[in-house]
Amino acid sequence: MSSLIVDRVSVRYAGATGLALSEVSLTVPPESLVVALGPSGCGKTTLLNLIAGFIAPDHGSVMLDGKAVSGPGAERGVVFQHDALLPWLDVADNVAFGLRLRGVPARERQARARQVLRLVDLDGYAGHRVWQLSGGMRQRVGLARALAADPRVLLMDEPFGALDAFIREQMQSLLLRLWRETGKRVFLITHDIEEAVFLATELVLMSPGPGRIVERLSLDFGRRHAAGEPVREIKSDPAFIAVREHVLARVFAHRASQADVSQGVIA
Amino acid sequence: MNAADLALGEHEFPVAEQAEPQRPPRRGTLRLGVTTVATLLALWWAVSASGLIPPLFLPPPQAVLAKLWLTATQGYMDATLWQHLGASALRIVLALIAAMLFAVPVGIAIGLSRTARGVLDPLIEFYRPIPPLAYLPLIVIWFGIGELSKVLLIYLAIFAPIAIATATGVRGVDPARVRAAQSLGASRWQLIRHVIVPSALPDILTGVRIGLGTGWSTLVAAELVAATRGLGFMVQSAAQFLVTDVVVLGILVIAVIAFALELGLRALQRRLVPWQGQPH
Repeated sequence: MSSLIVDRVSVRYAGATGLALSEVSLTVPPESLVVALGPSGCGKTTLLNLIAGFIAPDHGSVMLDGKAVSGPGAERGVVFQHDALLPWLDVADNVAFGLRLRGVPARERQARARQVLRLVDLDGYAGHRVWQLSGGMRQRVGLARALAADPRVLLMDEPFGALDAFIREQMQSLLLRLWRETGKRVFLITHDIEEAVFLATELVLMSPGPGRIVERLSLDFGRRHAAGEPVREIKSDPAFIAVREHVLARVFAHRASQADVSQGVIA
Repeated sequence: MNAADLALGEHEFPVAEQAEPQRPPRRGTLRLGVTTVATLLALWWAVSASGLIPPLFLPPPQAVLAKLWLTATQGYMDATLWQHLGASALRIVLALIAAMLFAVPVGIAIGLSRTARGVLDPLIEFYRPIPPLAYLPLIVIWFGIGELSKVLLIYLAIFAPIAIATATGVRGVDPARVRAAQSLGASRWQLIRHVIVPSALPDILTGVRIGLGTGWSTLVAAELVAATRGLGFMVQSAAQFLVTDVVVLGILVIAVIAFALELGLRALQRRLVPWQGQPH
């Protein structure tokens, strides 16, 4: 089966009373861009760490294309919120790092690095020091590094969370273009509602205490943008606004009900 | 605003705002340092020239300078200044190489493994605060009065700072970097070689700097033991014969070399880890 399947996973952190994730199931089929959205504490980072193999579930399983995930692996590329680049390597060597670990000859991996850098609009920066680059550019190097290793799925941990609004929108466009051009599946987590609605082909809304999925939406705004429709046109489309407001209402409704519960306890 | 203004070329990115590497202003500090040293020299000259303090206690600077020429050309205690210096330098270089060979792996082990930490950390913390002069007699009883004892004493002084700094550096590696490498397929060995050691390099170099400082100051103690050459020996034997100018000269040479080592290592650190202090 050619999918990433998360099957009823539960996670409890040592010392914690509640579950970080409770019976969460999720499928990332080919060509999809699945976005998990939720406030902090909803378990979205735990979910991503599970898929990446950084932590193991207490119950349930994660399967990628029919194989159980049992640790980190090169077939699942990760893009981090704070790029996690290696400052002693230049841009090209950072991008080619995964290939170097695999023993790909220097000439070949340099060629591949340049090719991927062109893909993320960073040609001409191969020899630059990563600590001389701006936040947005570093994030693109991180994206290029994950892509150069040619993973079967791309996992993105709030990749644009630390960027300003303008750069963030550019990065979203870039991601959608890469997604279309490379055909990679993407699983992305964010707490930015507009970003989630804009990018996702499937949006899973998560909620804390215990971390779980409360709603799933099939969307096509990202596909539309990838097909050429301008960002502003999509984001001002009444259909987009309606979905955004719906999600917003869900998040706040949940917050309010939680507040009621805690007040009830006090009373 | 119209639509054209808003359509900011979707796939075009402005060229990077390149962060200019920042350097603190160093000229002012340098000038102050030079002024301080010059003032001290002038004061030294004035005090000894006034005859307030007899040369036995404080020889004038020109006498020390003359002694420098004399020891450099004719020597003191059957060896020229260069031979004394060379003997000391050889001891410290040997000790440093040995310490780096052992302390860096030990530090990595302590930083990575709880077991190694449990076994090695108490050992290092136990001997580290003991002054080298206190365990010098034991080393002499065990290893005799040859070169081995001297190098070993300096080695022990250098070992602890490097091992501790390395362990600190290893423990401080950004977990995201480790995870990034793991999800690119790094094996445990590759992780150590390509991520952990380079990440800890700034701390390792700081450990070397501190270690070399303590090692150099242990040198005099090491050369108390049946040495016939070395800067520490030179100062010691000159003191026994109240040749104060040689004592002062020896101390100054030791200080100048320590200072040069420190500056050299700082330059090396800037060269090897230029990203340190940069937002990364």
